Amino acid sequence: MSGTVNRRTDRRPGSARMTDIAGPVVVFVMFIGLWYLVSEVLLPSHKRFLLPAPHTVVREGFLVWRQGDRRGLQPILVSLWDSSKVALTGLCITIVFGILLALLMSTRRWIEKATWPYLVAVQSAPVLALTPLIRALIDGSTTQRVLVVVLISVFPVVSNTLFGLLSADRGQHDLFTLHGAKRLTRLLKLQLPSALPSIFVGLRSAAGLSVIGAVVGDFYFRGAGVVGIGAQIDVYRQRLWGSELIASIILASALGLTVFLVFGWLSRKVIGRWHEPERGQ
Amino acid sequence: MTDPLLVFDRLGVTFADGTETLRGIDLSVTQGEFVAVVGPSGCGKSTLLRVASGLQHATDGNVSAPRDSTGYVFQDPTLLPWRTVRANVRLFAELHGMETAECDARVDAALATVGLSEWAHHYPRQLSGGMRMRASLARSLVLRPSLFMFDEPFGAVDEMTRERLNDELQALFAEQGFAGLFVTHSVSEAVFLATRVIVMSARPGRIVADIPVSFPHPRGHDLRYTPEFASVAAEVSSALRQGAP
Repeated sequence: MSGTVNRRTDRRPGSARMTDIAGPVVVFVMFIGLWYLVSEVLLPSHKRFLLPAPHTVVREGFLVWRQGDRRGLQPILVSLWDSSKVALTGLCITIVFGILLALLMSTRRWIEKATWPYLVAVQSAPVLALTPLIRALIDGSTTQRVLVVVLISVFPVVSNTLFGLLSADRGQHDLFTLHGAKRLTRLLKLQLPSALPSIFVGLRSAAGLSVIGAVVGDFYFRGAGVVGIGAQIDVYRQRLWGSELIASIILASALGLTVFLVFGWLSRKVIGRWHEPERGQ
Repeated sequence: MTDPLLVFDRLGVTFADGTETLRGIDLSVTQGEFVAVVGPSGCGKSTLLRVASGLQHATDGNVSAPRDSTGYVFQDPTLLPWRTVRANVRLFAELHGMETAECDARVDAALATVGLSEWAHHYPRQLSGGMRMRASLARSLVLRPSLFMFDEPFGAVDEMTRERLNDELQALFAEQGFAGLFVTHSVSEAVFLATRVIVMSARPGRIVADIPVSFPHPRGHDLRYTPEFASVAAEVSSALRQGAP
């Protein structure tokens, strides 16, 4: 018997690589140009300290190591490291809790129906509204901030994992039924592997949200002597230190982007050999 | 004559919404018989296989089938995309708790039988449609079933591949002598593969003709172009028209 292998021939690797690099470079140049336009031309001169030009941000926010107790790159990095620990701790808890909850919801329809309203409520409730309750119930700013991370990032993990678990092909389910597979066997050999692409979509969304959660948590829950990047941003806002403020925002965004890219890389490592991602995934 | 492996006794199926799909089906398949079932769309051909395999319950009559020794090949190859070809072919053996050494030997033999030994470590998305169907067939071959059921397995491949897969399946049947129940829309395919062709009416599906096909096995590719083949195909087509709505 003979056969042919399916090969993708719709893209020339060389040309694809050129556009993949050129596109982001062009958008970056346009972004910097727009930034200069706003800070140097459109803003009236007495307001320009609020949005310093890019080269000023680089000079004062990134090239000064430390000046006083708050200014310079070093205090920003210390705050960022503190927020990173909170974000990653919260993300780990989110992943374990979210996947276990989705597994439980997939077993019985009534559990799924009973749980959804609370998940949607957690997803849509503003953290500000929950602040007094969290303060009253939980001691310690780190624990409080980790809880905010979990509350903000858990929804995409649960919803995507559940969707993946329930979306296994009917014909594949029939195969397992024909051969008398038990529930656990079906879960481990069919539903979980089949759900992996969806789970990774959820993990990447949660990764970005975990950084947002950590920064938001920093704003509302501050411990003595420990300052997250969100709290640092608030201090810079109050003192009108525009360069440090923007440098902090850029580094917080870079943290979110890094966590997102790590999960993208992990996804390609785990499922890349057999899963063809849709555009946008 | 040997005892039949598969028996439908006055089988009837009515779905929960009241749709009567099958009515009064009496049919038996013995070892060494390859029975093809043809009929109009929606006449219950696939339902017949689902009842025989236990995926669907009969509402009337009885079914007797060797559930532990049945191979089932779907219209879609239903390979698990995260498993290599070899791991897919191992799947049923794993589900049945087969001992590892025995399992490995049978997987190697099944891959060799369908000509996929060289592709064992590829993933399904790297294979052509015909190769995926072969992998699906090999997966069932591992269990060495006495009864094989096929639900329009070659409906989604191109005509040339379909003919080649028919040749290969027919050679496999001639070599292994299992009992086969094969659902198809193609009269030519049914006559080429089968020792009997069952023709069903429009819904509710009933058997309107049971036509023997006496060409000896193994059958050559050129059988399709002989006057005798055309004559049997014409008889099946005529019965199909009589059973049409």
